[in-house]
Amino acid sequence: MKNHLTALISGILFGFGLGLSQMIDRDRVLGFLDVAGAWDSTLLFVLGGAVGVTIVAFRFVLKRQHPLFADKFYIPTKRELDLPLVVGAAIFGIGWGIAGYCPGPAITALVLGIWNPVLFLVGMIGGSLAQKWIADQNQAKPKT
Amino acid sequence: MAPFNGLTALLGGGLIGLSATVLLLLSGRIAGISGMVNGAITFTKAETWRWSFIVGLLLGASLYEYGFAVQPTPRSTFAPISMLVGGLLVGWGTRMGNGCTSGHGVCGLGRLSGRSLVAVLTFLMTGMLTVFVIRHGFS
Repeated sequence: MKNHLTALISGILFGFGLGLSQMIDRDRVLGFLDVAGAWDSTLLFVLGGAVGVTIVAFRFVLKRQHPLFADKFYIPTKRELDLPLVVGAAIFGIGWGIAGYCPGPAITALVLGIWNPVLFLVGMIGGSLAQKWIADQNQAKPKT
Repeated sequence: MAPFNGLTALLGGGLIGLSATVLLLLSGRIAGISGMVNGAITFTKAETWRWSFIVGLLLGASLYEYGFAVQPTPRSTFAPISMLVGGLLVGWGTRMGNGCTSGHGVCGLGRLSGRSLVAVLTFLMTGMLTVFVIRHGFS
């Protein structure tokens, strides 16, 4: 129950923040990615504002033994750079440039009542499940 | 489109950072939206909290759009095929690279993760290149 309430409150803050910073407007995001056009620096301010908070706050939070309502922190442990990280991020960036949405803004843009984010999310979930399926197949295959 | 507003951009970003901090401090979880969706669609009991987060996202965005927005967010529409293809690549890439703008950007950079820094620089670069090709490459 506590974790549901925490997630709900965290989600509300996140969604309100995306709305206030206009990141649910895909033209704003594409304007940021369009460095050769009329460049829109909004996204830089948003990311700066967000990382400005996390870079300070996370230091204190992660000094704790455990979170307030859980036994441990669920933090990625992998440290080394590998090909899937870079290739995956590169593919994500291409899709981001085509659609102007990344996952957070796409979900929040659903409240605008337009079809674009719906189609985007259908594609996104399909792509994610397809990648998982192929990765699982490769994992199941015995190494020769 | 509303004119550029650095203050609301910073404040909105700050709220996103606060959201990530609340989730980490209280539940010990990373506020990465691609991971949130991937966990939610497993429909397992251990992951139901992720649906609460997604409901929160929609509530927060509605609260802003219909309660506080000085002017409504533009509802520009775009070719459906680019939405599907873009979405497909975003879904594939974020699953493969373990994160998106929020997981690697907001949270990963906040943790000073080297992997996240590489991911952020990579997707910013390919995103900018893609928009360059689409908007300026054919003229």
